Amino acid sequence: MDNKSMKGWLYLLPAILFLGVFMVYPLIDVFVYSFEEGYNSASQTFFGIGKYNYSYVLHDTYFLQAVKNTFILVIITVPLSTGIALLISLGLNHIKPLKELFQTVYFLPYVTNTLAVGLVFMIFFKKTAYSDGMINLLIHAFGGNSVDFIDGPYWAKMFVLCFYTIWIVMPFKILILTSALASVSKVYYNAAKVDGTRPFRIFYKITLPMISPMIFYLVITGFIGAFKAYSDAVALFGTDLNAAGMNTMVGYIYDMLYGNSGGYPSYASAAAIILFAIVLTITVINLMISSKRSVK
Amino acid sequence: MKIVLEHLTKKFPNRNKKVGGFVTAVSDFNIEIPDGKLIGLLGPSGCGKSTALNLICGLEKPTEGHIYFGEDDVTKLQPENRGVGLVFQNYALYPHLTVQQNITFPLENLRGKDKMTKEEMAAKALEAAKLVQIENLMERKPSEMSGGQQQRVAIARALVKRPRVLLLDEPLSNLDARLRLQTREEIRRIQRETGITTIFVTHDQEEAMSISDMIVVMKTGVLQQIGKPQEVYDDPVNLFVAKFLGNPAINVFRGEVKNGKLYIGEEEVMNVGSVSDRPVYVGIRPEGFIPDDNGALTLNLTRVEVMGRDTSVVSTHPAAESETVRSIISAEDAAGIGGETVRFFLKPYKVFLFDTETEERIQFDPEAEENIPLEAAEAAVQNTAE
Repeated sequence: MDNKSMKGWLYLLPAILFLGVFMVYPLIDVFVYSFEEGYNSASQTFFGIGKYNYSYVLHDTYFLQAVKNTFILVIITVPLSTGIALLISLGLNHIKPLKELFQTVYFLPYVTNTLAVGLVFMIFFKKTAYSDGMINLLIHAFGGNSVDFIDGPYWAKMFVLCFYTIWIVMPFKILILTSALASVSKVYYNAAKVDGTRPFRIFYKITLPMISPMIFYLVITGFIGAFKAYSDAVALFGTDLNAAGMNTMVGYIYDMLYGNSGGYPSYASAAAIILFAIVLTITVINLMISSKRSVK
Repeated sequence: MKIVLEHLTKKFPNRNKKVGGFVTAVSDFNIEIPDGKLIGLLGPSGCGKSTALNLICGLEKPTEGHIYFGEDDVTKLQPENRGVGLVFQNYALYPHLTVQQNITFPLENLRGKDKMTKEEMAAKALEAAKLVQIENLMERKPSEMSGGQQQRVAIARALVKRPRVLLLDEPLSNLDARLRLQTREEIRRIQRETGITTIFVTHDQEEAMSISDMIVVMKTGVLQQIGKPQEVYDDPVNLFVAKFLGNPAINVFRGEVKNGKLYIGEEEVMNVGSVSDRPVYVGIRPEGFIPDDNGALTLNLTRVEVMGRDTSVVSTHPAAESETVRSIISAEDAAGIGGETVRFFLKPYKVFLFDTETEERIQFDPEAEENIPLEAAEAAVQNTAE
């Protein structure tokens, strides 16, 4: 190793040390735990090594429910939130009066506490002995039948969870997209205007390609974020998510470690590794699609 | 296509809301641009020349006045219905599209009976690309090309629809000096080949003078003068135009006319016949000096700069408006120059008088015989001939 690369490694050392101790080592540790059957963290003992943890987790109905919930959440909220955020950003970009006010209003959810938002959503959606909740009142007003969104049918609960997730992730996406739109030089739009380009074509052929790096960024981080959803579900349905049938994968991992049914670090580790594998795969696919597009 | 601007005015609301009111970017413009010419729209930055271009193009709507292309009133038409091609200062090529896609972009917008097939578009694009000599770069992205090449692509894109009018906004300002010379010849050639009436905006007088059939000089939104470059240079209507054209710039002195004679400082430098007694600004082109030991105007010599073919004599004078006075003389004439002072006769047709209040030109007849003391003039001419 020559002098120059030695220097390079030296500069990298602090980062490597921290990442190694707090990221790589725990990751490897979790990977090891996931193969240690019946590991007990108190006595630091285990019975044997094998794939039993994985087979247990993969046959656990709660885990399968959590995977299903998570995938539905991801598939619905990521495209919808990105799409709606894009529409709102386009709108914000086009209005002149009150632009700052609207930008602030749209950004508010970002600085609001998740649990506080959950409480508001409860008031909106929860059906109690005294009140049907605001949304149900609206449904009544239009002649529909009331639905219990918090303790009722699965689709209703899923609807609330998706609604909530979209609402909570939107501000950040709007922020990113409005700045991305603002950074597209006006001269391109002038050029398009001189050529008589129709608005939709301007959007599709100019705006969208120009801000596509930001959209890909939002989709990738959106996927990752949605796969790691947990607190949103807790805010709406309480801590016993398995009973509510609304658990997520991270929720399952947490429950396996600390929940009422907890104390199983091996199962939690196996579930965590499965989650890791899924997120990694999806992200790699995302990156492949985006790099293919930008090369073209 | 002949272009006529009639009382064209554009006012923008003042950006400083506290002040309010309007800023007039273009004020009561009246010009007629003949068909098939290359026109340079010239003025210092902020003079409204780009706004004028945008008005002609249709990106801005005039506050008052009319624009005609030929006999058609296009004032209210959208840009795409005017038949204009616009080349932007920074080219505005779509960075995610190839050269080919950039050039065909305007064609893909066509609808109805004008709609083209892919093959027709490709043929049109190739034709435009050949005109600007970039047909071998069709698959490149803008980021993979030099500034000059991007410029050509932008011109090809503007020309592909065969516009009636081609507009160029500061087409050379983003290029380096060598490329600038080359590209301006190129613009001249393309304009000749296509015969499209072309207007280009520039703040560089040399650029405008060198390739334009006509130049239009603007100042703070107001048209100053329009004409052939040499005519405007030789016959400026006011001090601004005289100062703006020419490199090195015109030398300006404070002077006075007394009894038909022009005085700079204490010296009587020229006869100006019909001009009544008054204080004046005297503008003398650098090439308007004839060095002579008995010359009428005495300057304090600072230095002599030899530039090969010509020599630039830098000097000072108490009555000069600028710090230095620069005169360009041929190298042979410069031989005798040295010492503290240098004396010159003036070429009458290189001397302009301006009113000190309005800065408008005061005409006098430079052909009049009594302008120059005859003997001295003859001697000077002989000197030059030798």
